[in-house]
Amino acid sequence: MDPTWVAPFASGLGITLGVFAGALVVACVSGVLLGTIATYADTPLRLACRAFVDVVRGTSALVQLFWVVFALPLIGLRIDPLSAAILVLGLNSGAYASEAVRGALAAVPSGQREAAVVLGLSPLQCWWRITLPQAVPIILPSATNLAVELLKNTSLVSLIGLADLTFQANALRAATLADSAVLVVLLLIYLVLALGVVRVGRWAEQHAGRWRARLIGQRA
Amino acid sequence: MTWDWSYAWSCLPLLWQAGLITVLATVIGGALAAVGGLPWAVLLRSDHAWVRRPADAVLQVVRNTPLLVQLYLLYYGLPHLGWSPSPLVIGIAGLALHYAAYAAEVYRAGFSAVPAGQTEAARVLGLSRWQRFRHVLVPQAIPPVLPALGNLVVALFKDTPVLSAITVIELLTRAKLLGAESFRYLEPMTLVGVWFLIASLVAAWPLTRLEHRLRRIPT
Repeated sequence: MDPTWVAPFASGLGITLGVFAGALVVACVSGVLLGTIATYADTPLRLACRAFVDVVRGTSALVQLFWVVFALPLIGLRIDPLSAAILVLGLNSGAYASEAVRGALAAVPSGQREAAVVLGLSPLQCWWRITLPQAVPIILPSATNLAVELLKNTSLVSLIGLADLTFQANALRAATLADSAVLVVLLLIYLVLALGVVRVGRWAEQHAGRWRARLIGQRA
Repeated sequence: MTWDWSYAWSCLPLLWQAGLITVLATVIGGALAAVGGLPWAVLLRSDHAWVRRPADAVLQVVRNTPLLVQLYLLYYGLPHLGWSPSPLVIGIAGLALHYAAYAAEVYRAGFSAVPAGQTEAARVLGLSRWQRFRHVLVPQAIPPVLPALGNLVVALFKDTPVLSAITVIELLTRAKLLGAESFRYLEPMTLVGVWFLIASLVAAWPLTRLEHRLRRIPT
């Protein structure tokens, strides 16, 4: 690997990680909210949420990205590419995550909720302090998979002109004619990042049970 | 700017042609991935570490790196190896490779769900390795994973727009070209989104039917 490659790869890594982190936050928040609405809300709200999730899951991430960047400005909604990327990729993962959240919330024994209601907890308290903490360990394995998919999807932002890893590697490739070498390095960087995400996910899975125990201990 | 129906109509014939390319890539890529994943899964179950380890390493690399980067590598790397197929062929090969890795994982799960007693009994009865695979493992391992395979094909279908990055004129490329000609991206881009949505929903219907059907069969 040529030493002159370091600077472009480093700046690309910054954008990639920035988009990944931002989209991950959007995905977590939207995934939990959509999943919760899909589980507990009344029919109209639930159907609206269902429709949103189906539309997002039924269309392609790249098409959504292009639509927000190229088509939305024409009806007066202009979003800069970075925010658009974070929002679109985040909501895309969030839609997939909401299915996992819904399944996990449904898997928490109903006795837990009933006991919380009897003890006088409000529905919100019950959700935040009883149901959701018990759902998290169930969600984590699929959340790790989705995080890897999200990381891989960040490469798509190079196609809307954001200078991420893939974009920088492509520019290097065109400039240096060292086609395959640059792309192999790029592939390896993504591999290391993805394996890192998997590591963090497994670590979280192992500790999720302990966090829960500590939370319950504090409350008692 | 508002939605212009007459312009949207005028986009349809070209988008339709591009949609056929998308369908072609999905059908061939999906079939190759489904077929290629099976021997890959067999390698993953090999008793020999020198077979299993490389197969698993390649699986991890393919699964944990972006399809876009894999497509670039094939598109710019293959000519160096003295083979320059058309972008569409490279795109289909890239999709097939990427999803064969996912399919291999699905098949592997299917195989490990078959109780060990089945193969052991077959061995005691004197069935050859091939007979055990063909008549004992496959009939029990494959049907339960068919819905998962179907979902992979739908996912592959939704990844076909990535082929636009290596100049394949599929739906998204065509929409971009139409938009660049007229400075109106709203209609072609929206039509592409709607096209994908309808196609995914249509594909989901037989898949849920299949899932219900498999659930009714006692195992």
